[in-house]
Amino acid sequence: MQPLPQTPTDRRQPKSLADLFIAFSVLALQGFGGVAVVAQHELVERTRWMTNEEFVEEWAVAQIMPGPNIVNMSIMIGARSFGVPGALAALAGMLSIPLVLVLLLALVYSRYASHPDVVGAMRGMGAVVAGMIFAMGLKLSSTMKTNPLGIPLCIALGVACFIGTVLLRWPLLYVLLGLGTVSCLLTYRRIKP
Amino acid sequence: MIATPILAMHPTDWLSLFGHYLYLSALSVGGAITMAPEMHRYLVVQQHWLSDAQFTSSIAIAQAAPGPNILFVALLGWNIGLNTGSIAVALFGLCITMTGILIPSSTMCYLAARWGHQNRDLRAVRAFKQGMGPIVISLLGATGWILASAHNNPAKDWRMWLLTAATALLIWRGKIHLLWLLAAGALLGWFGIV
Repeated sequence: MQPLPQTPTDRRQPKSLADLFIAFSVLALQGFGGVAVVAQHELVERTRWMTNEEFVEEWAVAQIMPGPNIVNMSIMIGARSFGVPGALAALAGMLSIPLVLVLLLALVYSRYASHPDVVGAMRGMGAVVAGMIFAMGLKLSSTMKTNPLGIPLCIALGVACFIGTVLLRWPLLYVLLGLGTVSCLLTYRRIKP
Repeated sequence: MIATPILAMHPTDWLSLFGHYLYLSALSVGGAITMAPEMHRYLVVQQHWLSDAQFTSSIAIAQAAPGPNILFVALLGWNIGLNTGSIAVALFGLCITMTGILIPSSTMCYLAARWGHQNRDLRAVRAFKQGMGPIVISLLGATGWILASAHNNPAKDWRMWLLTAATALLIWRGKIHLLWLLAAGALLGWFGIV
């Protein structure tokens, strides 16, 4: 299959399949409690393979498709430069070294699982991971300045989504289908054909 | 507690395990973790291939290790194989569940992304990608909130929130590397400060 066509921009490109594999391994190995947290940092700030605006747009696609967001994201970025081989290289980078580590951890887990210091360390790391996710949301919220919906409508939709998921505990699927549809229709009306 | 099952897995069992994961993959909007309750029903309650403890620890270990959370699916397959008493079968089980959970969703994502890229100037594609922006960002806030409030210890909770807020500020406004913050969080937790 041919690589996907490119839009001319000043962002960088992955140089080779090995480049993709290594970048996604580095990304995955920093992701404790989930990789989404470091994805924006690695893909936008370090490798500069995407802009913040592109990240938000591609993340929307990764979110709406079945499968883990970050796995979908790696496939999309790999495919953008090198077609199917790129997608496979990025996916392999995302999964292979972490898989070995998970198996090693499973082998030692039974001995230390109930150690109170280990439980405490996991709690502390959990709080840091939560902070990282907030920071990612704050950084990406700057892209809303150029969103066709306008800042007030973006805030209203964001607040509604937060209330639905956190306070009312709606299933993610309903939030994406319900609020997502409203948001996309409003955007459709506002952008020029 | 129910003891760890000892299994004799037949080829048809592996095939139904594979088929079940293909089916779960196609439905797993929001990530494989949203399918965990269904996996529990199938693997533990219906088939008795795993014990409750094996299921729960598989998820906990995958969360604790670096890498995507989806690796808990690999551990489930690994443990099913291990219950037959052989490391080789454990590796085989791991391959069955991981390829099952990855193939349908990855294929769908690849095709959708390619279609979206080729039609990126269509008004509907632009409306979708930009319209989802506020939802995507808000969902990050919601995820952070749910993770940060997953404690039931009122006396210590304010310190956890403080650590979360400090981390968010440091990363948002500063240049500090994420791994230093994770290490700091682990140390604070280890010594019982948070």
